[in-house]
Amino acid sequence: MVFSEDKLQKVQEIIARYPEGKQKSALIPVLHLAQEANNGWLSPEVMDYVAGLLSIKPIEVYEVATFYSMYNMKLIGKYLFEVCQTGPCMLRGSDDIIAYIKEKLAIGVGETTTDGMFTLKTVECLGACGYAPMMQMGKFYKEHLTREKVDQIIEECRSNAALNN
Amino acid sequence: MGRKVLLDKAHIEGIRYYDVYRKNGGYAAVEKALKMAPGDVVEEVKKSGLRGRGGAGFPTGMKWSFLAKPEGVPRYLVCNADESEPGTFKDRYLMEFLPHLLIEGLIVASWALGSNRTYIYIRGEYAWIVDILEQAIAEANQAGFLGKNILGTGFDCQIYVQRGAGAYICGEETALIESLEGKRGNPRIKPPFPAIKGLYDCPTVVNNVETLAAVVPIMNLGGEEYAKIGVGKSTGTKLISACGNINKPGVYEIDMTQSVEEFIFSDEYCGGIANGKRLKACIPGGSSVPILPANLLLKTAKGEQRMMTYESLADGGFPTGSMMGSGGFIVLDEDQCVVRHTLSLARFYRHESCGQCSPCREGTGWMEKILTKLEYGKGQMSDIDLLWDIQRKIEGNTICPLGDAAAWPVAAAIRHFRDEFEWHVTHPEEAQV
Ligand SMILES: NC(=O)C1=CN([C@@H]2O[C@H](COP(=O)(O)OP(=O)(O)OC[C@H]3O[C@@H](n4cnc5c(N)ncnc54)[C@H](O)[C@@H]3O)[C@@H](O)[C@H]2O)C=CC1
Ligand SMILES: Cc1cc2nc3c(=O)[nH]c(=O)nc-3n(C[C@H](O)[C@H](O)[C@H](O)COP(=O)(O)O)c2cc1C
Ligand code: SF4
Ligand code: FES
Repeated sequence: MVFSEDKLQKVQEIIARYPEGKQKSALIPVLHLAQEANNGWLSPEVMDYVAGLLSIKPIEVYEVATFYSMYNMKLIGKYLFEVCQTGPCMLRGSDDIIAYIKEKLAIGVGETTTDGMFTLKTVECLGACGYAPMMQMGKFYKEHLTREKVDQIIEECRSNAALNN
Repeated sequence: MGRKVLLDKAHIEGIRYYDVYRKNGGYAAVEKALKMAPGDVVEEVKKSGLRGRGGAGFPTGMKWSFLAKPEGVPRYLVCNADESEPGTFKDRYLMEFLPHLLIEGLIVASWALGSNRTYIYIRGEYAWIVDILEQAIAEANQAGFLGKNILGTGFDCQIYVQRGAGAYICGEETALIESLEGKRGNPRIKPPFPAIKGLYDCPTVVNNVETLAAVVPIMNLGGEEYAKIGVGKSTGTKLISACGNINKPGVYEIDMTQSVEEFIFSDEYCGGIANGKRLKACIPGGSSVPILPANLLLKTAKGEQRMMTYESLADGGFPTGSMMGSGGFIVLDEDQCVVRHTLSLARFYRHESCGQCSPCREGTGWMEKILTKLEYGKGQMSDIDLLWDIQRKIEGNTICPLGDAAAWPVAAAIRHFRDEFEWHVTHPEEAQV
């Protein structure tokens, strides 16, 4: 993977936010860009590429990439369901939502469906406790989940994927 | 009805956008502040009695006046928008619906502290809010409230939004600074406080979103007027994010004159317990603070009404009280199992420990394991004492307070609900399999 002109421009913009010589501060935002450009995960090659862009050592990238939970270290499905399982969501039935998704997609937590469409992850509190149960899907939150709403979301993903193929 | 000074305009259609915000009195605080000497702005904030809304409640004006000012060294203001404490979602609400209120507060604070580069560090999952903030910043730039020579004062200031990438610990201010420098979020030893040595080793103030937003009404009303809102040392208003088994989860602004009972049961706030159930317990200030059973929640040990103030929530200390914390108000109904809920929080802290100190790294794992055993009917009576012992050995023995934050919920659960832990031991077949 290499960045498009647009993305390279964006990297320069990000670096300009920090004082001279502090371009390492751009690492976390640039890793977000890299993950987007690489189908949602960070391969060793991608991390090395980012190290080159910011003139830092590859190890400095690896140690950061593995620390933060939003970076995926392996290939994931087209749609990533990240269901919150922390206390407040649990009080509103997140256990049942997780069980339902597992059953419906026939996968366990951390697994991807055989068609490569869906990955299920459980995550910790996402700051939506008042709108529980909830999950994150890409950039947005899906809140007040019910079994019916889960059905609907899966349906929408499938038809969107069919449209784009 | 309590007084509102933060969310009073939240219902106005389009208030998210500059034009509407400005028409409704927006940016008057910047106009006023930039006519004052920076030191006088700090004085106003001191007079207001404002205490940090990120959870620790440290007086904001005092913190600002501690900021070191060595010659020729830049100073930084960093807004803590990491908001990851379970039960807390108030900063999200503020940023989503009133982004200009935060930007306005940030400009005033940047002027007061002399920060030309100000950063908002926001949790990575709030990705769509980044767009909202960046749009608001662009609008403020366009209107001349940001950028070079703001309002002809010669003051330059730019605000940048930095997205995190999923790590609760990055809400701790020194971990946040490490993360902003492009590193793992490992907390630093304090002191030195960021006010002396922070971002890029320069003097830095880190403040919570709500704290910085409150600077706007403080400027508009004047510090003394602001201090008249609230009760005693709990001045001003506080945002409470209420969740769990209540009828009306959501974000509420209170002026701290409310009792806990009124807050839970009145229709203006939580609207009572959902599904006609009874109140069992509550964690009033985010997952890190002690859980209280209904009787101690509504009345203090002395039998007085418990109020929604810093002092009253903490009344009795840990044996019979709790804390205001981050304002994450988590309510449990009579059907909820305290062991199960505590296990869920213990798993959270194990997951979020940065791993630097052994009591926290090892202790959080042990607590999760023992709680799992108990919850699933495989525990013994001695496990309850072991759990108590481990939490005691974590508390106070770590670099940052995440260790304490992991220990306190476990301690309080055992203190107030020991019978439930024992029940799991004596009824292994009924404890969930
Ligand atoms: N909002 C949220 O999502 C979360 C909030 N918290 C809260 O965080 C709190 C702990 O935060 P800490 O920052 O560790 O507390 P702290 O008491 O060390 O510091 C509070 C603030 O005052 C400043 N300060 C204190 N003494 C100072 C001095 N002598 N000179 C200059 N500055 C000084 C610190 O730099 C910091 O900004 C807990 O009480 C908890 O409620 C914890 C987890 C999440
Ligand atoms: C583990 C941990 C997590 C924290 N998370 C947050 C957070 O998400 N938001 C926040 O404002 N403060 C958080 N804090 C508190 C900050 O360290 C710091 O006290 C706060 O940002 C200061 O701002 P204030 O004085 O305006 O409250 C956290 C503290 C700890 C120990
Ligand atoms: S207490 Fe826990 S989170 Fe804090 S520095 Fe130590 S290991 Fe890291
Ligand atoms: S507990 Fe699930 S969003 Fe907070």
